[in-house]
Amino acid sequence: MNALRLLWVFARVGAMGELAYRANFWLQLLESFLAMGSTLGVVAVVVSQTDSLHGWQPAELVAVVGVYFAILGTINLVIAPSLSQFMQDVREGTLDFTLTKPEDAQLLVSVSNVHVFKLIDVVFGLAVLALATARLGTEVGPVQALAFASALLLGAAIVYSFWIALATMAFWFIRLENVLMIFWMVYGAGRWPLGIYPDWMRWGLTLLVPVAFAVTVPAEALTGRLDAATLGGAALVASFALAGSRLFWRRGLRQYSGASA
Amino acid sequence: MKQALDLYGTLLRVAIAGNIQYRAAGMVWMLGMVIEPVIYLVVWSAVADSRGESVAGYDARDFAAYYLTFFVLHHLTFTWIMEVFQYRVQQGSLSFELLRPIHPIYADIADNVAYKLVMLVVMIPAAVVIALAFEPRFQPVGWSLALLPIAVVLAFFTRFFLEWGLAMSAFWTTRTTAVNRTYYSIYLFLSGRAAPIALLPAWLSGVAEHLPFYAMIGFPVELALGKLSPERALSGLGVQLVWTLFALGFVAMVWRRAVRRFSAVGG
Repeated sequence: MNALRLLWVFARVGAMGELAYRANFWLQLLESFLAMGSTLGVVAVVVSQTDSLHGWQPAELVAVVGVYFAILGTINLVIAPSLSQFMQDVREGTLDFTLTKPEDAQLLVSVSNVHVFKLIDVVFGLAVLALATARLGTEVGPVQALAFASALLLGAAIVYSFWIALATMAFWFIRLENVLMIFWMVYGAGRWPLGIYPDWMRWGLTLLVPVAFAVTVPAEALTGRLDAATLGGAALVASFALAGSRLFWRRGLRQYSGASA
Repeated sequence: MKQALDLYGTLLRVAIAGNIQYRAAGMVWMLGMVIEPVIYLVVWSAVADSRGESVAGYDARDFAAYYLTFFVLHHLTFTWIMEVFQYRVQQGSLSFELLRPIHPIYADIADNVAYKLVMLVVMIPAAVVIALAFEPRFQPVGWSLALLPIAVVLAFFTRFFLEWGLAMSAFWTTRTTAVNRTYYSIYLFLSGRAAPIALLPAWLSGVAEHLPFYAMIGFPVELALGKLSPERALSGLGVQLVWTLFALGFVAMVWRRAVRRFSAVGG
């Protein structure tokens, strides 16, 4: 609850900051539109050549794209900007100000910077997802909806743990921008269902960068492909990831010596 | 002539040293350039597998050859000028370049060539890994390979001049993201990056064949693979030549207008 309240406060601050530059809204709209348009365009070219890609129907491929953009937008909305800010704070020593605040430091650095215009990606993603689901025609019953919602939440938790663990490395290494670039490049593979990749890539996309849990598993839940075991596995991975990244964060924080003196 | 060679020699030495210094950033870029074609390669192989037959003359191993060649030729011809030019204008570092007695584009060409030379260290192993993982099938054709160097050089200059010219939109709008994103979205489809253009709807591939995007990469790739008839190869080279000259004229014209607009705060 406390986390949500803080997130809301920072979102309001972020909105005030961004609303001062309203032209950026249109720029973001164009960017999101082009990104979504070209991704769907490629899907269109692909499905013009085949009816099903490893068993995924066109509408299901579009659903994967929807989930991909919804998660992408969420990362860019709060996780990426907050943690980039955090890494800069470690470098410059201004993390001191955060640490003196009477709140959990991990929570503070995770929500401190909200780029509200990135909501456009989330909205586009969810809209495309809704359209795709409507086209699928299959009844999305309460069980499937629940499975989808929990898969999405678990995926978000795993992605968050991954990012916080990466960011925590800033306590030891000065420059990590390049590592984050690698995340983005690999994340692009999530536009397609993981099943199409060869085994060695699938392992990398599940374990090294959690694309599988973030995008494919929720999409599988929606299209009725998910079995209970996978969802249970995702829950297990999510709990381990959250706990492990928390431990790692605490370990890193002890390393921080501050900039004062 | 000797002066020009001396100039390039010096610029190239400086640029190579710079690229070796920032090798980590360069390697990350390379990783991105490996991942993207591999994703499209996997997608199209999956399409070929799902259909159980070749797609417009490409089966899974042909797609592997297409995207491996794409990866190599893209490395040789790509530029990153559109990503960086706006910072030169915003932060005024262009002022220093304008003080030099030579056009800044020379240093950019040297830097581009230097990056590519230095990154061969990464690129060759990456190409070998892709080849081992996806088993491409090459059926090279002699005359077509002989024309390839010309096509690659023309592709390089078309792309370099065109993107340098477009990058100068930074003189008029300091946020060039909109221009860049639009350009890359068009490029994605019409260049043969998302798919060989033969897989696009017929009317679109007919248009794409005559546009600079295909001339910049799709055409050299298909030439290298021996996919083109002699007539199409020659007309493709002609299209490339026209676009190279057009792009050269474009960059010269925009530059003349652009520097007049430039007014930086001194550093």
